[in-house]
Amino acid sequence: MEAYLDNSATTPCYEEVRDIVVKTMMVDYGNPSAMHNKGVEAEQYIKQATKVIAATMKVQEKEIFFTSGGTESNNWALIGAAMANKRAGMHLITTAIEHPAISEPMSYLEDQGFRVTRLPVDRQGVISLEDLKAAITEDTILVSTMYVNNEIGSVQPITEIGKLVHEVNPKIIYHVDAIQAYEKYRILPKKMNIDMMSVSSHKIHGPKGVGFLYINSKIKCNPLILGGGQQLGMRSGTDNVPGIAGFGEAVRIGYENLDEKVAKIRNLREYFVNELEKMEDVTVHGMKDNQGAPHIVNAAFLGVRSEVLLHTLEEKEIYISAGSACSTHKRSKSPTLTAIGASAEELESSVRFSFSEWTTKEQLDYCLDTIRQVLPMLRRYARH
Amino acid sequence: MEENKMFKAFLIKYGEIGIKGKNRHLFEDALVKQIRHSLRRAEGTFEVTKEQGRIYVNCVGEYDYDETVESLQRVFGIVGICPVVILEDEGFDKLAEDVISYMNMVYPDKNKTFKVHARRARKNYPKQSMEINCDLGEKILDAFPEMKVDVHKPEILLQVEIRSRIYVYSEIIPGPGGMPVGTNGKAMLLLSGGIDSPVAGYMIAKRGVKIDAVYFHAPPYTSERAKQKVIDLAKIVSRYSGPIYLHIVNFTDIQLYIHEKCPHEELTIIMRRYMMKIAEHFAKETDCLGLITGESIGQVASQTMQSLAATDEVCTLPVYRPVIGFDKQEIVDISEKIDTYETSILPYEDCCTIFVAKHPVTKPNLNIIKRSELKLAEKIDEMVEEAIRTTEMMVVKED
Repeated sequence: MEAYLDNSATTPCYEEVRDIVVKTMMVDYGNPSAMHNKGVEAEQYIKQATKVIAATMKVQEKEIFFTSGGTESNNWALIGAAMANKRAGMHLITTAIEHPAISEPMSYLEDQGFRVTRLPVDRQGVISLEDLKAAITEDTILVSTMYVNNEIGSVQPITEIGKLVHEVNPKIIYHVDAIQAYEKYRILPKKMNIDMMSVSSHKIHGPKGVGFLYINSKIKCNPLILGGGQQLGMRSGTDNVPGIAGFGEAVRIGYENLDEKVAKIRNLREYFVNELEKMEDVTVHGMKDNQGAPHIVNAAFLGVRSEVLLHTLEEKEIYISAGSACSTHKRSKSPTLTAIGASAEELESSVRFSFSEWTTKEQLDYCLDTIRQVLPMLRRYARH
Repeated sequence: MEENKMFKAFLIKYGEIGIKGKNRHLFEDALVKQIRHSLRRAEGTFEVTKEQGRIYVNCVGEYDYDETVESLQRVFGIVGICPVVILEDEGFDKLAEDVISYMNMVYPDKNKTFKVHARRARKNYPKQSMEINCDLGEKILDAFPEMKVDVHKPEILLQVEIRSRIYVYSEIIPGPGGMPVGTNGKAMLLLSGGIDSPVAGYMIAKRGVKIDAVYFHAPPYTSERAKQKVIDLAKIVSRYSGPIYLHIVNFTDIQLYIHEKCPHEELTIIMRRYMMKIAEHFAKETDCLGLITGESIGQVASQTMQSLAATDEVCTLPVYRPVIGFDKQEIVDISEKIDTYETSILPYEDCCTIFVAKHPVTKPNLNIIKRSELKLAEKIDEMVEEAIRTTEMMVVKED
């Protein structure tokens, strides 16, 4: 049996997504900027995708901008908003557990003269609203927090954060990295005081290389990529029609029976965590009582190095992640696990399982059985 | 560069192999073969000829100058590469004219000393070598008054060879030196994925030795990516050495068995001894005349003089350690030069770094090690046989 439990790294595409990608490559392959019919046809796919996506969040279609993916959306949101608003202030606030696609641009902005406050998190990976309130100054122009943490699945109190930020100063821009949260939570930016939001397609059964940034039409944000003036001049470059069409199709299918799908994943998670907690010397990180994201489980199998467990499971066609997949090539300590105060031993032995709507109980049982079987052997050969 | 288009041939200079007495033609033939092999990567058609103790690469039609030079610079045995302009013999005045325009093109800064050195392979040329030297020198001085003649230490030594056509050259691009691969037998390289072993393989290959390699893989403790990294390193070394037969040994069971039965501080030494045994098995099976490792004295616990002696003791073939006296930085310098460094530093675990004891023995006593190994007696021979039997073999060469 194959058990792909690395859905936070990426997901397989829906068949319908494949079909529309092929069609926009082979049949309706026009450039939407072209004046002839071929261009007009292709443009329809983009309009359709925009419409579907805007509807899921109840925002205007002109507030959706397509990008090359989550990393670009995050870079653009931070750098574009900071540069456009720097005369109002030079202070930015974020958290200590952000994905590198946030923390790296933040460091870049720091080099450009901005001041950055990185809020600490508790053992469950959540910031405190008091800390946030205390951090906001007259100079603050932007607050950026992730919705769901990609490593341990902790969930920030987005509604409360948005409310607090705009109560203190309605001009502060609130950006949310929702790459692990979109289609796991119903996110309504206008109600939740979210001004900008980043989403990636391939985490929700869409193609790789495409994402979007929602930008509230009332805020100021500079473009990051200049050129032919596509997408209202905010994001130049020939429209990625296959990617955007596929993304739109993935969102359409994903939102069908969304609540049921999420409930199913959440139940599986609860079962999986309970079984893990029955094992000896296993720590499950993140929020207690299944309060975290429905699809992410991070656990330390003490005495077994994470890569070793990963490769052992790989031999049984079980695919998990050690550290977050986007940064596996660096052998560095996980910033999230460090921030929640995990011990050195836990840091070395933590792995992530992440589920999708296609994950089954049989797969989880197969994974659990395999772990129970290999743990004693792996622990016998620990480094002394 | 545009002016490189005027070069239609390369004269290959080879130092050391010119003095090998009666074997000389063997070395030259090997060098010609290696040059032809290496040039397959460069865009263009080339004729490699051996005549009167010189090797010429003639470029037929259009070719890529940079790629050609780069390919030649990887051929062991080449000391220098001279880009040559070939002229039709249309009388001495035309020759002088062409030589002047050559000098003008190659040396934009004329404030230099020079000497003309002519050779007449075709003896019916109307002028003698000395006359050509004097007359051409005069013409050049007339054309470029800033230039001066220096017959003892010229900055530019302009070579003019009168053959059926006339060959003119003056620049020498350095080659890698060494001897053509295939002229000095074959050896088995223990390739780990680190910085040192690819350098060691390169250095031995440079002396004309053909290289095969063995890598010890320990899944799930080492990943597929670690294995791919070793294959990639072998591929880079093969640019210089030619195709490498890479043996990939699954070493996990042996490693775990040693870990279980022997004192942990002796683990690395005992493991290295079994690696050497297995490597030697493949070496003998494929007619290798020695083993190669990337060890350097004292670099890590398993590379002290005592440890090296303890690992050597299991081998009957000589073990060559070309970087034995090098500091780490010196090895890094070579790995950067041969382009293996970037790959070597990719962060995947290799076999030697897993299970390493916190305080491994640095001065192993051979008797104690052998006594520890007795604890393996029950299963180890069988496991070594199994590892040899299940070894995966692949030919690694440039794509």
